Order: sequence, then structure tokens, then C-alpha cells
Amino acid sequence: MADLSSENDTLIRYREDDPVDHAAVTVDSFLDQSSASAVRVEPGDDARELIPHLERLALVEVNFPAFGDGRGYSSARLLREAGYKGELRAVGDVLVDQVAYMRRCGFDAFDPDAPLSESDLETALSRWPEVYQSAADARTPIWSKRHA
Amino acid sequence: MYLYDQYDQQMVDARVAEFRDQAKRRLDGKLTEDQFKPLRLMNGLYLQLHAYMLRVAIPYGTLNSRQMHALADIADKYDRGYGHFTTRQNIQYNWIKLEEAADILADLAKVEMHAIQTSGNCIRNISSDHFAGAAKDELVDPRPYAELLRQWSSFHPEFSYLPRKFKIAVIASDTDRAAMRLHDIGIQIVEQDGELGAAFYVGGGMGRTPMIAPCIKDFVPLDRLVTYAEACLRVYNRYGRRDNKYKARIKILVHEMGSEEYTKAVDEEFARMLDEGIEPPFAELERIRTFFQDPAFEAGASEEIDRSDPDFALWVDRNTVAHKAPGYVSAVISLKPVGGIPGDATSEQMRLMADLAKQFSFDECRVMHTQNIVLPHVRKADLHALWTALDGAGLGSPNLDTVEDIIACPGLDYCSLANARSIPVAQKISERFAANGKTAELGQLKLKISGCINACGHHHAGHIGILGVDKKGVENYQLLLGGSEAEDVSLAKITGPGFDEAGIVDAVETAADVYLRERQDGERFLDTYRRIGMTPFKEALYG
Amino acid sequence: MRILTGNDLKTGFVTWWTGEGWSLHVEDAIDVAGSEEEIARREEAARRVNAPYAIDAELHEGAPRPAHIKDRVRALGPTVRPDLTLKPADPDIGNWVI
Repeated sequence: MADLSSENDTLIRYREDDPVDHAAVTVDSFLDQSSASAVRVEPGDDARELIPHLERLALVEVNFPAFGDGRGYSSARLLREAGYKGELRAVGDVLVDQVAYMRRCGFDAFDPDAPLSESDLETALSRWPEVYQSAADARTPIWSKRHA
Repeated sequence: MYLYDQYDQQMVDARVAEFRDQAKRRLDGKLTEDQFKPLRLMNGLYLQLHAYMLRVAIPYGTLNSRQMHALADIADKYDRGYGHFTTRQNIQYNWIKLEEAADILADLAKVEMHAIQTSGNCIRNISSDHFAGAAKDELVDPRPYAELLRQWSSFHPEFSYLPRKFKIAVIASDTDRAAMRLHDIGIQIVEQDGELGAAFYVGGGMGRTPMIAPCIKDFVPLDRLVTYAEACLRVYNRYGRRDNKYKARIKILVHEMGSEEYTKAVDEEFARMLDEGIEPPFAELERIRTFFQDPAFEAGASEEIDRSDPDFALWVDRNTVAHKAPGYVSAVISLKPVGGIPGDATSEQMRLMADLAKQFSFDECRVMHTQNIVLPHVRKADLHALWTALDGAGLGSPNLDTVEDIIACPGLDYCSLANARSIPVAQKISERFAANGKTAELGQLKLKISGCINACGHHHAGHIGILGVDKKGVENYQLLLGGSEAEDVSLAKITGPGFDEAGIVDAVETAADVYLRERQDGERFLDTYRRIGMTPFKEALYG
Repeated sequence: MRILTGNDLKTGFVTWWTGEGWSLHVEDAIDVAGSEEEIARREEAARRVNAPYAIDAELHEGAPRPAHIKDRVRALGPTVRPDLTLKPADPDIGNWVI
């Protein structure tokens, strides 16, 4: 069940831990300095640059300035593949019809520009009884079930 | 052919429910058109010139008779009694209502069909060799690999918002009948040291900037096929251009990076992915292969064909193709009657083709990218009965690969992107050559017409290509020569200034006459063009 | 003159703004010069039309004729299927498009 944080009424989290309480910095300033534990990845950023520093990251925000720009799906997935366990939050133009794919790519929090209806969200996330691929979530692909 | 299990069925059923919900939200005003558009497109629903258009996926072009009947029923129940077979081996309906679209998807799901990812910036329907499983020259049937990739690419969570659309073709013979190297990824199943593997050609395409895909990997082991495709897509998703939709296809990325750099990036990604558990077990490929076993060909089927009827003999010579099983051929049903609309079929014709597929071809038919239908496995002894039935329904035109067998996109008669009409030009050209009697003499002459630069009519790959343009509000047609989509792939070149509608028909005949004058023994139009070059054609056209 | 066109949201049919509503027939279109954006915004918000846009047209035999061929094909139907156009009884109607 999603946890609707009290300070931010658009934030939806699928995590038990407390949200990071400070703002995310850009990838450049994160790499330059910093003591920050939260970073914001823009579509043109190379998320791989964060991989040497995953230990000190608690929040990665992946920005979707426009819902049609799908680079953030790859950014999320490659961070999970590299072992990132902290919060992975999709922010920006995040629509309800995209959250199921985003969950599969490893996102476990959403902070969309326009609030998502909780019932629409529940419907979208329970839509797919099965999945065809192995991805960054724990779901078992159909091919695995066929040959279990 | 492939049959759904409960998992496949659940997935298409879930998609129908999802789209029903999305369409309702649009009709209720909860989604704007901007938000709804990518969702409807990923279900093949366009807003076209006259109405909504629905593109239904026909994976690797293969249909059984029950499915073809369902397509006919949809044409009658929801459309205006016909459909249009496309250059991507799909079918399009032109007069669809949004309020009925989910019902159509539900009807399709009942026969293991769908419209998933037939548009949008995602991995589209996978195409293949229309003679797969029948061709005498194939290494193996390519369709199991296409099916494996179909499942992998369906609802792919990472690759559903790519920079641009993404088309994959899979073949398994040296003869290319699927325009493989003009796809975003073309895969050829090959053999190396007794092992099967996949050669990857990446970055081909037609459209505004036509390119022939370079081979980036000559052998990917079959148990790494999906992982390698995933690596190719991830590099594209991350680095493909998104600043300009006309430069967003993977061909531009491969061109700008250089194929060596692109390949290096893919190989690095591939190496990282190997431990991610992306690849289905080999047993899954084995399971899929069991659906593509040879049908029970009759041993010792007769090689004899009674050629006493000259019309029938001509059709046999033109429209049947050698088969791997003795006594069998693949028979091509032409959807190119003289003066007709290329690729269109009425619901009655679809039903007849379905029944004939059931009666004569082990319940199977194929859609060709040339907008014809194949019955892949027909006994030679049955050909006359088949031809008689086809001929009676206007489906017996003996014109495969001739100048009358024209590929044409819907053009400005139906398409909101088009600049000029394609179909009337195709109609007038086929009428011209049927009247002047040159069709037979010209032999193989692949003529392809697009109504705009997006090249759905494959004009770059025509021996003769025609591109419709808008010249100050008037339809104008450019002539191209020398293209090929086959294993001798090449891109056609523009002859010079364009023509009006009457002028382009004359120009095609002029070009054909140059060939007839200049050809040497055994040369096709394309061979002559390649030998003598553009100049003699230009002199005849503009001199 | 400027006329306003779009598609019906439910059926997808091509429609033309008549001043009071939306018609399937371009002959019913009225000049909306100056107010096209306001009408388009209002009608789209009310979901009485989908993807509306204004085009140039001229009066031809007393009825608006779109200036561009694409809109003339939209107004008529596919020229290669006269039976499916809005004027199936007129064999020469395809010439109106050109």
C-alpha cells in the first residue's frame, strides 16, 4: 500500500523508510562536492556516473520533464542493476498509465506534477497479471513460469 | 503456427481492459488528447484523415483461417466491409469509432490477436519472411525467433517511450524477402561451425533519411539473442536523439556515432547485462519451435501440373514459388487487380482466402510486405482448384513481382501525413501496362509508391520508386530508379524534376521503354539500370 | 474566409463548425475569422470536437471550399472509393478535390 506523506501530498512511496529530508542536487554538483545524499537525474545525465557513489545515496530523483521522454526508465534500471537500494523516485510529468512500467524499472516512489488518483493508481498497478520480461523488479517472467 | 497459452491470453485480455479504461477516461474528459494520443497509438489507433484508423498486428504476417475470418467479421461489424493489408504485414481499418475500439480489441483477443504496439514510439510488430517454413532456401524457420522477440518486446517496461518507433525483421535465408536491412534492427539467423546464431544489422530504415543497416555483429549465440537485442535498445533509448523527431530513429544514432562506436557501446552494455537474467531459458525457444513444425506434407505428392489452360498456366508461372517439400508450392494471392487499390481486400475476399487456406494450405496464410497474401503450402495437384476459386473472386491476377504488383501506401486518400495521393497513381500505372501489353515483357519490375517522405510505400527500395510531394498545394510526383529491398539492397535515386499525375504514368512507361531497349540477356530492369546508370533514363525522360 | 474543422471525439468523423454546432458537411461551415481560437478551445474543452483547427477556404458556387487539397479530401472522403464519400451519387465529385 502506498504511503502518502503528510508534508507532500503528491508524493507516493512504496518504501518503509523515512523520506530524505533535504532537496536533491544536480548530478554535476553531487559529483563535484558533496555531502548530499539526494541527487536529481535529468534525462540527459549519465546515471552511470553515480555508480561509484551509490553507498552514500539515499534518494535518486529521476526527472521526466515530458512523459514521452523515456530515458529515465533506462537510468532507473541501470542504477538498480548496479545495486542501488535507496529510494528511486520518478518526478515531473508522470502519468498514471506509466507507473506500472516505472515500477518494473525499479522506481519505488512517485512525485508527479499532477496528483495521481489513488484508485486509478491501484487499478494501473494491478492491471498486469503477468510480465513477459525480467526487469528491475522481483516479478517472475512468463517464460520462467512456463519452465518452472 | 504459434498458439497462445493462458499467459499470452491473460496479457491480451489485460490490454483490452486497460484500453477500455483509457478510452473511457478520454471520452469522459479525464484525459486530454495529448495525454491519450500515445496511449491509443500503442494500441494501433490513429486519428486519420476521415476517421480513426485501427492497425491490427499480424505477427510475422502469419494467420490461420479463424483469424482471417475474424478480420473479415470486424470489417463488416465495425468498419465498411474492407481492410487494407500493409507493408508491415499488418491490416488497417479506416473507419473505426473510438467508442467501439475496445470492443474490436476484445473480438481480436478471442482469436489470439491484438493491436499492441502497432504504433507509438515503441517496438513494433516483428516482421519476417512470408515464405518462412516453406522456402526451399531457408536455413531454419525464422518465426520462432520472431515470436521470442515478440514476447520480449510486448509491454517492455524500459522501451515503451523510445525516441521514435522501432521496427525489427527476422529472416533465415540469404534471400531477403523482408527488407531486413531497411529495418531498425534486421536479424538473420545464420549457421557458424554447426551452431545457429543471429547476425545483427542495426540502423537501417527508409523515411526521410534512408539508410542500409550495417552488420554490427555477425554472430550472436541463440541463447543470448534477447539480451543482445536489449543492449541494442538500451543504447538507443539512452542516446538516440530526442531534440528533433526527424533525427530520432536509430539509423541517425548509428550514423552519427559511427557503427563501430555504437557496437562498442552495445557490447559494453551487453557484457553488463549478461548476469541480469534477461535471457529466457533455451527451453522457451524450444517450446516456441514446437509450434512451427512442418505440417504433414503428403509423401510422394505429384509434381504434375495440368497446364492446358493458358490463363492458369500463366498464373502458375507468375504466382507460385518453389517449396521445400516435393509436390508443393507457395501460392501468392494477388491483391493487385488491374486498376484496383493495392492491398485492399473486402470481407468476402478475406473469407474466401481464409476458406482456401483451410482447404489447401494446412489452415495457414501469410501477409506479404508487398501487400499480397500467401498460401504457403499448396499441393501442385490442388493448384487448379485454388486458382479457379481465386479467379472467380477477382483474386487471380497473375502479376507477382511485375510492374502491376505495385506497393502503394494509403496516401492522401486516407492518411493525414500524406502530401499526395498514391492509390490513383498505382491504378493508372497498372491500367496503362495492362493495356499496352508490356507487363510480361518487362518481367520482374518492383514499383513502389509513397505519398510522402515517410516512405510507407517503400519508394526508396523500388526498382522504380515514386514519391508524392506537395508542390504549392498541387500533387507532384518524383521518380526514383534503382532501389532494392532484397539481398542486393540499394537505395533508389531521384531522376530529376517531378511530374504531375498524368506525367508520372508516362514517365514510368518511358523508363520501362529505356530498359526494353537497352537490356541484355537475362537482365531485370534493376540490372540494366545498374549497368547503364541514370543518364540514358534521364535523357529519355527530360532530353 | 477561415473555417473550423476537427473530428468527432466518439466516431472520429470529420466535422465542420456551423456557428451552432458541428456538421459532417463542409457546405455548412461558416466564416470564423478572428474567433477561431476561442471557439476551438471552448468546443474541445466541452468534448464536442477533437483536435480542431482552422483552415483557409474560399466560396465556390456558394459553399466553402478548403484552400488545401488535404482538407478537400477530408471534406469529401477517399477519392478512390467514391461509394464511401459524402457524395456517392456524383461520379465526377473527385474533380472537386483537384
